Amino acid sequence: MSAQAGPGSVGNRMTLAVRDLRMRYGDTDVLSGVTFSAQRGEVLGLLGPNGAGKTTTIEILEGFRKRSAGEVSVLGVDPARGDEAWRSRIGVVLQSWRDHGQWRVRELLGYLARFYVPFSAPGMPRPWCVDELIEVIGLSELANARIMTLSGGQRRRLDVAIAIVGRPEVVFLDEPTAGFDPHARREFHGLMHQLSDLENTTILITTHDLDEAEKVADRIIVLDEGRIVADGTVEHLARQFAAGAEVRWTSGGRRHVHAVRSGDPTGFVRGLLAKDEDITDLEVRRASLEDTYMALVQRAEAGPSRFARQADTEQREGTGDASEAQASP
Amino acid sequence: MKAFDARMAAVLAGLFRGWIETRHTLTDTVSVIGYFASPVIFVIVLLFMRGMTVPGTEFALGAMVLPSLVGMSIAFGGLTGAAGTIAADREDGTLLRAKATPNGMVGYLVGKIVMFAATALVSVVLLVIPALTVAGELQLGPRTWLLLALVFIVGMVSTVPISVVLGSLIKSAAQTALLFLASILLIVPSGIFYPITAMPVWLQYLGQAFPFYWLGLGARSAMLPEAMAAIEIGGSWRTFEMFLVLGVWAVIGMALAPRVLRRMARRQSGATVAAARERIMSKGY
Repeated sequence: MSAQAGPGSVGNRMTLAVRDLRMRYGDTDVLSGVTFSAQRGEVLGLLGPNGAGKTTTIEILEGFRKRSAGEVSVLGVDPARGDEAWRSRIGVVLQSWRDHGQWRVRELLGYLARFYVPFSAPGMPRPWCVDELIEVIGLSELANARIMTLSGGQRRRLDVAIAIVGRPEVVFLDEPTAGFDPHARREFHGLMHQLSDLENTTILITTHDLDEAEKVADRIIVLDEGRIVADGTVEHLARQFAAGAEVRWTSGGRRHVHAVRSGDPTGFVRGLLAKDEDITDLEVRRASLEDTYMALVQRAEAGPSRFARQADTEQREGTGDASEAQASP
Repeated sequence: MKAFDARMAAVLAGLFRGWIETRHTLTDTVSVIGYFASPVIFVIVLLFMRGMTVPGTEFALGAMVLPSLVGMSIAFGGLTGAAGTIAADREDGTLLRAKATPNGMVGYLVGKIVMFAATALVSVVLLVIPALTVAGELQLGPRTWLLLALVFIVGMVSTVPISVVLGSLIKSAAQTALLFLASILLIVPSGIFYPITAMPVWLQYLGQAFPFYWLGLGARSAMLPEAMAAIEIGGSWRTFEMFLVLGVWAVIGMALAPRVLRRMARRQSGATVAAARERIMSKGY
């Protein structure tokens, strides 16, 4: 998987290649050794609670932030040394706020499209036809509207259009659906699928929402406190995290909890039942990816700890208080 | 070749941007009120100075203020305009978009220069309306227009880069008000509303260090009769010194602006824009 992918070895084949990326502000390590890569056309979801280092990672890849150490390559180029030609192959979805509010939708896209004309290549005409693009993002009727009159969802679609007007090979999105209602969110996910299917664009999207990562990403990387704690397809992660199980029972008026780290919990239950005949309220519960991720988010909000440590829970026996060992809902 | 083509495309895009932004500002009520500020000030000044003459002469004081105001409009437009928009553009993400676009900064800067030149020109031209009432006193000829055009260009070149530097140093759009205030204070010793020779000597030196005085002097030298030079410092229009001082400001600005702008742009990222947004949403400034 990602472990052997590095800028030196396979950087040229990989669209994104990050090896041992480190970022330090003062004495604080924001990223401590992040390694991953992505192939052409892959949609990568960078998932993690607030403060995990997602924005720092994506801004280093965008070339907007200098890293402390490590190797990074985007389209075979170190973003810290990326020139304007490299920049023309990258799309960054910025969250618009009130910039260019007086501009009209077609005006702004038309203006930005001009910069990409000289970067056309055989088989890769640049930029997109502006009117075609406006139609793709569903803003045809608002093409002449002032940008400040657009709704939040419409603005964000325009942000995507701005990022892809130059037909980029990689698109970066940092928390693109923050503050969206469910409808706008679903529309946005549809747009993402369209982008990766039609153009074979490599997409890196950060989110703190597991549901969103599952919906849009081919592969999810979970970041916690500057470290990657999981990396794989949705199915892979679901299997990995569902491997553990919790067994709860009541015996002699006391509630017991036992965590089975891996494998089949059946053997443990069989042994348990043979050993103790007073058992009632037996419960076997498989941990889901969601349980594990929610536990991680809660711990990140509560204070410093290591998700990795929690993820490979050793066998432990609870007495009395079941909620202590319980994976959060 | 390709890199050159890309830069040319960016310059052309910048001209397009300047045209669009100029159109926007000319249809924006608040900015339009701003353009009418100088003519309105001038009308008020004319009313107050009715019947007054420049001390020791028969020359109407109001007629002398007009060229000074032309100089002030150039300086004010160049100096405060760019600083204000750059601070705002940094906070709202405009600069970040420029950075995310190939050669986007080139387009951004060209657009700004076009816009400031166009809007400063508009505010100067608007002065013409009340100026007609004192036109009889002025010396208007081909020399006037040539010299005014030169003063305008030199004025832009010497103030916009400095303004860009100031705008990059300003931490938030709200601090632009301070810059505005400082500019107004600098108008006092600039000889715009009252002859600089009538002021204390130390104030005369202070005034001569800044572009306001020299732009006012340049405009006066273009529009006033030769005899009026007598009441200026040294009894001369000092045209050479004017271009020299303004040239020094231009060189300083041109040397600093790209560096400061690049440094500011380098620190610009989605996170910094988000932080500014959050601050303004919660605190209101």
